[in-house]
Amino acid sequence: MSDMSVMDNDHHKEASFGDYVALLKPRVMSLVVFTAIVGLVVAPVAVHPFIAVVSILCIAIGGGASGALNMWYDADIDRVMKRTQSRPIPAGRVTEGEALGLGVALSGFSVVFLGLAANWVAAGLLAFTIFFYAVVYTMWLKRWTPQNIVIGGAAGAFPAMIGWAVATGGISIESVLMFALVFMWTPPHFWALALFMNSDYERAGVPMLTVTHGRRVTRGHILAYTLLLAPVAVGLGFTSVGGPVYMVVALASNAWFILGALRIWRRDETVAAGDKYAVEKAFFRFSLVYVFIHFAALLGDATLRALNFGGW
Amino acid sequence: MAIAKEHELHHRRFGRNLGLGLVLVTMVAIIFGLTFVKVTVLDPALNGTAHSGHSQQVSP
Repeated sequence: MSDMSVMDNDHHKEASFGDYVALLKPRVMSLVVFTAIVGLVVAPVAVHPFIAVVSILCIAIGGGASGALNMWYDADIDRVMKRTQSRPIPAGRVTEGEALGLGVALSGFSVVFLGLAANWVAAGLLAFTIFFYAVVYTMWLKRWTPQNIVIGGAAGAFPAMIGWAVATGGISIESVLMFALVFMWTPPHFWALALFMNSDYERAGVPMLTVTHGRRVTRGHILAYTLLLAPVAVGLGFTSVGGPVYMVVALASNAWFILGALRIWRRDETVAAGDKYAVEKAFFRFSLVYVFIHFAALLGDATLRALNFGGW
Repeated sequence: MAIAKEHELHHRRFGRNLGLGLVLVTMVAIIFGLTFVKVTVLDPALNGTAHSGHSQQVSP
């Protein structure tokens, strides 16, 4: 922060504490925290409550740090896109340098702290997640390939695996399938959004599938990934973390998700534009709930198992 | 100018300074808590059991 900013009389551009919090993308962080908590709680090894809370905090801060690095690197795109113009950097309240500094500092802090609090497998996975989101997705894939969110989605899928590693110190089929659930869910979720936010991405020059291959192809991709997601989601129910609650939720919500994807696939642009993308918007809204109810169901089965009631 | 006089900058940045202060206090509390838990509850030599996670018993 320069002396000039101290002397600056333009108080409207003064960053508040909330602006620095906004750099950490708190809305994305909520998914990270929730999946990490579930990954940790459903694991077969008990963790001391204080260690668990500190570990989740570290995972949240690590996720937030990668968000700050993303906002630093993508400031030019954020200035163009309507959806992101009010973020702290494009709005002129926080400098790009501050975001970079905060991102790097919190990345190091979260990884080292997680290693000391829990174990170095979990810390290594967190470091890889930050690297994957900030470097592989943000710096490399996002501006290069329309498959950006397919591979970049891995960054959002790691927290459940990290939570599991905090408890067990390793990786297993359960944590891989929890990872795969979020990983496979990401493409249909974002492509549904892109179908009705197309102009924003186009203006920013981000090669979204809708921009490079058109909406018809995107509709096909949404259906394909939704069909591939279903066996992953149901498969998780057959592992040690699954149970009757999860299985009912997985079967019902995947049937509904596939139905939604089929409706998107069948529509043409004239019909979609006619009702202002009502089906696409409904699919996107359900996709927001989709991950939450799957992980909540895992939590439900874990609770039943703890009470010696339910589970496989 | 009296040394105690507050610059308007102090008012403007009160929220930021308060937030940062709370973050630092939380960090100190976490380090203290982690040290306590690691040294007492999770140390097998001190609590007489293998790493059990939930054990709260501390040997005298």
